[in-house]
Amino acid sequence: MALRPVRAWAATGLLNVSYDPTRELYQDIDRSFSAAWARQHVGAPVQIRTSHGGSGAQARSVLEGAPADIVTLGLAYDIDILAQNGLLAPDWQKRLPHNSTPFTSTIVFLVRKGNPKNIHDWPDLIRDDVQVITPNPKTSGGARWNYLAAWGWALRQPGGTPDKARDYLKTLFAHVPVLDTGARGATNSFVQRGLGDVLLAWEDEALLATRDIGPDKFDIVVPPLTILAEPPVAVVDRNVKAHGTAEIAQAYVEYLFSEEGQKIGGKHYFRPVNPTILAAFHDRFATTDTFDIASLGGWGTVQKQHFADGGIFDSIYTK
Amino acid sequence: MSRIVYALVIYLLVTVMIVLPPLLVVVMALSHGLGAAIESLADPDALSAIRLTVIITVLTVCINTVFGVMAAWTLTHFRFPGRNLLVVLVELPLSVSPVVGGLIWLLVFGTQGWWGAALERWGYPVMFAPPGILLATLFVTFPYVTRTLMPMLAHNGRAAEEAAVLLGASLWQVLWHVTLPGARLALVSGMLLATARAMGEFGAVSVVSGHIPGLTETMPLHIETLYNGYQTVAAFTMATLLALMAMIVVLVRSLIERRLDRTEPSI
Repeated sequence: MALRPVRAWAATGLLNVSYDPTRELYQDIDRSFSAAWARQHVGAPVQIRTSHGGSGAQARSVLEGAPADIVTLGLAYDIDILAQNGLLAPDWQKRLPHNSTPFTSTIVFLVRKGNPKNIHDWPDLIRDDVQVITPNPKTSGGARWNYLAAWGWALRQPGGTPDKARDYLKTLFAHVPVLDTGARGATNSFVQRGLGDVLLAWEDEALLATRDIGPDKFDIVVPPLTILAEPPVAVVDRNVKAHGTAEIAQAYVEYLFSEEGQKIGGKHYFRPVNPTILAAFHDRFATTDTFDIASLGGWGTVQKQHFADGGIFDSIYTK
Repeated sequence: MSRIVYALVIYLLVTVMIVLPPLLVVVMALSHGLGAAIESLADPDALSAIRLTVIITVLTVCINTVFGVMAAWTLTHFRFPGRNLLVVLVELPLSVSPVVGGLIWLLVFGTQGWWGAALERWGYPVMFAPPGILLATLFVTFPYVTRTLMPMLAHNGRAAEEAAVLLGASLWQVLWHVTLPGARLALVSGMLLATARAMGEFGAVSVVSGHIPGLTETMPLHIETLYNGYQTVAAFTMATLLALMAMIVVLVRSLIERRLDRTEPSI
């Protein structure tokens, strides 16, 4: 029975291939969407499964044939790769509101309770007595946001140049004792294994850690300037055509923008793009200055410049 | 005197390195009580992972037993050019990293690979589906039956088989009534080794699985998913179950080895 071809279940099932820190979010979304779908389509229940891992690694699986109906990844570049290989339309990001991003987040610092190392802003991360935990930007979407938050901050300092930003990042990564492959792995290193003084993390991951995993063990420090992280979602055209799931996959991604979906996002510490619902959760999200990926040239440029083989990340991490 | 010291050191090492860690796993599993642990196993994704692991293990051991007997028999009964190379190749999966054991199948059957796109068009995707998991597990467990069987077949020699042939036995009868009975304990021992490895394999399976809970996650993969989802009790309960299954296999194997020691030369 387990050896049945995948398509046999795909007619009534939906696979969402997602990135690392969305486990709790999509567990909730899946349950709530299935219930909503069952109310509207009596006798046609849907079973949604969600797979998680580093954003880049997950994109790679879909590229190699993982039967994803929907991808909800950590950054647009990972979905662009799928588009380049013909799995979905090149203009995928224009098909849903807000650049296909139902929830945003930012990059914040998670520190030990009471902030014993007195960490408040990016320069504090490269003090001699500070160890920083961040995953590997080559495999983790969250790590790329971390890296780019630091890069963008350094560029925006008085007299900031790409060379100075490069020097800052080189020093920063000299303070990183382990490079995990995914954001959840890095969180586990910091939270459960007790490594490092500060974790660079998705705001949602940091809030989850302080409120649900280890209350009274951690504090969140929001730096005065950080990046606006936009993890997008898309329907994988080629796969939904093969599975006959186009309609329900579309309903699923639209559900993320619905009032109900937005509320669930807020509950799981993702910033809803719907301003009314964001306002309802205002007490959990700190206000801070942010810059977005477009201000750094967009993912195409950034990927080539920083994370491709021989890019800036290679030059600062290997030397 | 020094013998006692050595023994104590070994006892200490075994306790710290091998006995305590699994005990901690059990302690973690039971941290919210036995009820919570058992309840976590009733989750549909957990049951699916257990079922998939059992199915994959049974199929792997059956297939590799057939191939292993054929390979061991051929390699011990005939001398032919390239035989030594073949002996080395059979052992290759033992020394190659399991990740490589997964990636090779991805290169062949992934949609970016040789046949993947065609298979997917026909509706039989191999990668990110149970057939891919079976292939990856077959690769990493390939050597076990062959390697445990070969020394025994070589030791038993061909006299009995030749006598059977002279008495008019067919090839099948020789294999079934003469060759295998003479090496049955070694055969079972190899099969159990393959079983233990197949149940616990993580690396190779991880590459080809796609980590889809309820569909393509075996027990080791599901343990990782649970752990990363902060479901500590469920993760460690599944780990305890997997460890128990492995322990049973090891126990059965050591009983057989003991009989082997008495009746046949050790392997």
